[in-house]
Amino acid sequence: MDIRAEVTTQFKQVALEQDKQLLPLTDDLPLIDCGLDSLCFAVVVVRLENVLGVDPFSTEEDVRFPVTFGDFVEFYKNAAQ
Amino acid sequence: MPRNSPPTLRRAIAAAGGPSSRLAVGPGSSASWSQLAAGSVLNWRAAEFSGLTVVVAAMDQFAAAAAMIQLDGVVRRMVLYPPDLSREHLDFVVKIAEADVVLTDHPFTAVVEAPIVFVESGNKLDNSEMETEASLETEWILLTSGTTGRPKLVKHNLASLTADLEFGRAPGPPVVWSTFYDIRRYGGLHIFLDAVCSGASMVISSPDEPLGDFLPRAGELGVTNISGTPSHWRRALMSPWAGRIAPRYVRLSGEIADQAILNSLRSQYPHAQIGHTFASTEAGVAFSVKDELMGFPSRVLDHTSGVEMKVVDTTLRVRSDRTASCYLGADNPVLKDAGGFVDTGDALELRNGRYYLVGRRDGIVNVGGFKVHPEEVEAVINRHPAVAMSLVKSKKNPITGALVIADVVIRSPLNNEDPNTLQRDILQFCRVELAPYKVPAIIHIVPNLDVSTAGKMVRRNA
Repeated sequence: MDIRAEVTTQFKQVALEQDKQLLPLTDDLPLIDCGLDSLCFAVVVVRLENVLGVDPFSTEEDVRFPVTFGDFVEFYKNAAQ
Repeated sequence: MPRNSPPTLRRAIAAAGGPSSRLAVGPGSSASWSQLAAGSVLNWRAAEFSGLTVVVAAMDQFAAAAAMIQLDGVVRRMVLYPPDLSREHLDFVVKIAEADVVLTDHPFTAVVEAPIVFVESGNKLDNSEMETEASLETEWILLTSGTTGRPKLVKHNLASLTADLEFGRAPGPPVVWSTFYDIRRYGGLHIFLDAVCSGASMVISSPDEPLGDFLPRAGELGVTNISGTPSHWRRALMSPWAGRIAPRYVRLSGEIADQAILNSLRSQYPHAQIGHTFASTEAGVAFSVKDELMGFPSRVLDHTSGVEMKVVDTTLRVRSDRTASCYLGADNPVLKDAGGFVDTGDALELRNGRYYLVGRRDGIVNVGGFKVHPEEVEAVINRHPAVAMSLVKSKKNPITGALVIADVVIRSPLNNEDPNTLQRDILQFCRVELAPYKVPAIIHIVPNLDVSTAGKMVRRNA
C-alpha cells in the first residue's frame, strides 16, 4: 500500500470534514502550520489505524514526535514495515 | 480557612506581590499584580456590583484576570464562563447561578435575562486606588460539562481553590508560571492563583494566539514552570517551537499521562522536573507524582498531606479542604457523599503496587480535556432517519488521549448503496448538531449491538 498516498488522502479528507484550509503537503511543511488542529490529527491517526492497521504513536520506544509532514509519512512508513 | 489563607485576592497580592511580578499576555501587554489589583477593567463600577452575582464572560484572559482580582471579596458570587463554551448556554448559567449581571468584552447575540456590562480591555489600567470594600467571602463558580450538553456549575471559594498553595513569596530563584489552559478552567485557574498567591509572574496567551507566537514569547519572558494536559503537550512537541522554552518544571494534568508523553517530555526537556497531577474541578488537586512513570504508587493514597483518599467500587474518592462544596441548581447529583468524599468517577486498577487510571466508570470520554457523554452523541446519531440504534464508545488516541467512535445499526439493509456514503452522511449529521470533539472519528455499520439482560446496551471501550 502506498503509505504517502493514504496519509495524504486522510489529511485532505479530515480537512474537508472539519472545514480547515490545508496547505500544500510538502515534506518540509511543519505539521502545526498545515491547517489541521489537534482534534484533526487525532482523527487522522484513528482513520490511518483503521486503514493501515498501525498506530506508530502508541509504540513507547519512539519518543520523538514528528514535526513536519515528511516526518509524519516516514513515521508511518517505518511502523508499517 | 486554611493557615495563612488571605481572605481576598487583593490581600494576597498585597502580601506576596511586588512591583517586579507581572501578568503578561499577548505581544507587549503586561501589568504588575499590584496594578491589576488597583486598576479597574470595570470602569470604576466595581462598587455597583457589591453583593451581587456576576458572570465573567470575557474572551480576553487579561480582562478576566483583572475582573477576578477586582471582584473577589466584592461580589457574592462570581461565575467564570470559559471563552470556548458556546454562548447558547449563557442564559441557562445566568438562571441557575441567579446572576444579576453579565460582564463581557465582546458583543454576542445570545438572549440573556440579565443586564450586560462591557468591561474594558485588561490593558487599560491606571494606578488609581480602588476604593470598593472587599470583605465578602465570594463564591467562585466553575463550569464543567454535564450529561445533557449543558454545563454543570461547581461551587468553590477562594479557600478551597487555594488550600494546597503556599502564600507569600517563595525563597529561591524567581518563578515565572505559564499554562496552556485557559484560566477560567480549573487547571488554568489553579496556576493563576498559585502565581497570584506566591508573587510569581505569569505568562498567558491572548485569544487565538498561535502556538508559534506563544511558545517563543513564553521562552523570551523566561517561563520556568508550565502546565497543560497531555494533549496540550503533544501538540507542543509536534511543533517546531517546543525548544523555545526551557522550563525547570513541566506539569501535566487533566488527562491520563501515558508513558510515551512522559518519555517525550524528558527527552525534550532533559533538565526539567516532570510531574503529573491528579485534579478535577470537583475534587480539587488531590496529589502530584514526580517519578516520571505513568500511574502512581499505591502509598500516595495514604501519604498525601491534607488529602484523604480511598478506592471504592474501583473509583477514586477524595476528601479534603480543596474539594468543591456542591453543584448549583436543583437537578444536579450530589457532589459529596455523606462522609464528605467526592467520587471522581475515575476508575483505577492496582498492578504491582501501582495504581493506573483506566478510564471513567460513568463512560464519560475525555477528548483532549473536554468531556463527552456517549449518550448525548448517541441521541444525535439515533435521530438520523437511517439509524435504528447506536453505541458510542471511547477509542484510545495518542494525540487527544481519547476520541469517540460509533457502532451503528441501520434500519434497513443497504442494497446497492455505498456504506461509505451513509457513514459520511451520519457524520455530517453529527457535525451540524455537535461540537467537533463530540463527533465520532469513525462510524462502523454493524449488524447488531449487544444488549444486557437488564435491557441496557453493553458498553465496552476500544
